[in-house]
Amino acid sequence: MDAFIVITLIKLAVIAFVLLTAVAYLQWVERKVIAHIQVRPGPYRVGPHGLLQPLADVIKLITKEDMLPSYVNKPLYLFAPFVAVAMALLSIAVIPFGPQIEVVGYHTFMQLTDLNIGVLFVLAVASMGVYGVALAGWASNNKYALLGGLRSSAQMISYELPLTLAIASPLLLSNTLSLRELVGSQAGSILHWNILRLPFPQIFAFIIFVIAAFAETNRIPFDLPEAENELVAGFHTEYSSMKFAAFFMAEYLNMVTVSCMATLLFLGGWEAPWPASGGSNLVPTVIFVIAGLTALYHAANPPRLKDRYTFGGFGLIFLIIAAVFLAPIVQSWLLPLFWFLAKVGVILFAFIWIRGTLPRFRYDQLMAFTWKFLFPVAMLNMLVTSLMVAWFS
Amino acid sequence: MDVILFLIFAIIAVVAAINVVVQTHPISSAVSLIGVMGSLAVLYLLLGAEFIAAAQVIVYAGAVMVLFIFVIMLLNAGAEAKRGRSYMVQVLGVPLLIALLGLLAFFVERLFPRNITVTFGGFTGGTARAVGQALFTTYLLPFEVVSLLILIAIVGAIVLARKEMD
Repeated sequence: MDAFIVITLIKLAVIAFVLLTAVAYLQWVERKVIAHIQVRPGPYRVGPHGLLQPLADVIKLITKEDMLPSYVNKPLYLFAPFVAVAMALLSIAVIPFGPQIEVVGYHTFMQLTDLNIGVLFVLAVASMGVYGVALAGWASNNKYALLGGLRSSAQMISYELPLTLAIASPLLLSNTLSLRELVGSQAGSILHWNILRLPFPQIFAFIIFVIAAFAETNRIPFDLPEAENELVAGFHTEYSSMKFAAFFMAEYLNMVTVSCMATLLFLGGWEAPWPASGGSNLVPTVIFVIAGLTALYHAANPPRLKDRYTFGGFGLIFLIIAAVFLAPIVQSWLLPLFWFLAKVGVILFAFIWIRGTLPRFRYDQLMAFTWKFLFPVAMLNMLVTSLMVAWFS
Repeated sequence: MDVILFLIFAIIAVVAAINVVVQTHPISSAVSLIGVMGSLAVLYLLLGAEFIAAAQVIVYAGAVMVLFIFVIMLLNAGAEAKRGRSYMVQVLGVPLLIALLGLLAFFVERLFPRNITVTFGGFTGGTARAVGQALFTTYLLPFEVVSLLILIAIVGAIVLARKEMD
């Protein structure tokens, strides 16, 4: 029992630290990727390639003046950012990052807790997340904030329906609500992942899920609640300093959560695309060896003199990482983690990529799209899936 | 541990429920009601009905209350004006409340057998699988009737909304 508490506390600390760091750097990645899409360097001044920019941003946000406008509804105004960030953090508790592992004799799961209603828990927490945005918009007592809050509650209620229906279809195939068992049912190869699994591949459900997830997280092309040319900054217009940072963090945490959910529901979680007998264990090693050798090649032919050392250093680090992936002691937990993070990373990159590519919807288009197209398609997909599952089982 | 959690959330539920009535502003009442729903969900969870708990949060706290708040925001309803209490309320209020509570206590005492003990997590039929099986075998007819009723309500809502628009 004591060991359980200690291990849980350690896991809690590790997950909280990694998650918050990842969220801070996700923002750096987003700025860099969008900058490169728009052919400009992006953050460059703080640290090499702007790598310390998140740290500078955190210091800036903490030390800024914390405004409390006189006309707001005080209790709800202070409560709203708390709700937003608490609900965003809560769902990470049930997300599994990998299989059971052994740490100095103790067996533990790479997950804080496994609920047998894990999927429902995430849905419940996500549905509570609306309050942060809606109450912030209302309590600010500002017409732009109110319009932003109204838009976002209407948008989130509407897109929750196709999102839930898209989640229900892979559950029919996997026949469980526990996120751990969900991944277990997709083990084997890429053909067993829910996105490609017989009797009815869930590719449509995946696309619907991703579209609805963009709307749920208020990302472009569905960022109507904070459309700056119409609504200043939408629901968080009146917020400053750490209260503003709370909404900002909640948005990125929600992005991470939906990416994890997409990975677990459709892309087989931490399972490799093909079995270890086919050499899937060697994929990370090969990737890092190629990266290391490329860096070493450029170190041998440097465009600038100092690149000889930076490229050389990075080349060596990549080769060391490649060697670590071969060690049998760490393979049992490092490989699942690699696949999980790779899949989540690809989806997160798509989030950023689309932000750099697509324009924003008009509000009536947004509503017509979900009610007249997305919702019927999700319904049809679930109907066909249930018929196929019933037919073939 | 269970008892402590039960006490905490039972107190939150009761305090929030009183707050729903006491608050003058509709938004504050609605937020308190969310607190009631949330703590009720935790109480269900403590009793072992995890599916009902999740459904409680998703449906009531997550969907119904969002619509409530949405409508309150849309109508921009202000705080209630305090009006003087009527003579009837002043005289009959407290005696009627006591009478109602007494009646409730009497019927609860009569209808529920005494020798049943409630244990935390004692209910095992609360998983999603068990609830689904019960709904589609034992309670199939009521389930279908309810779904038909909801369908009628949806159609009715659309008909009424259309009439307004024309």
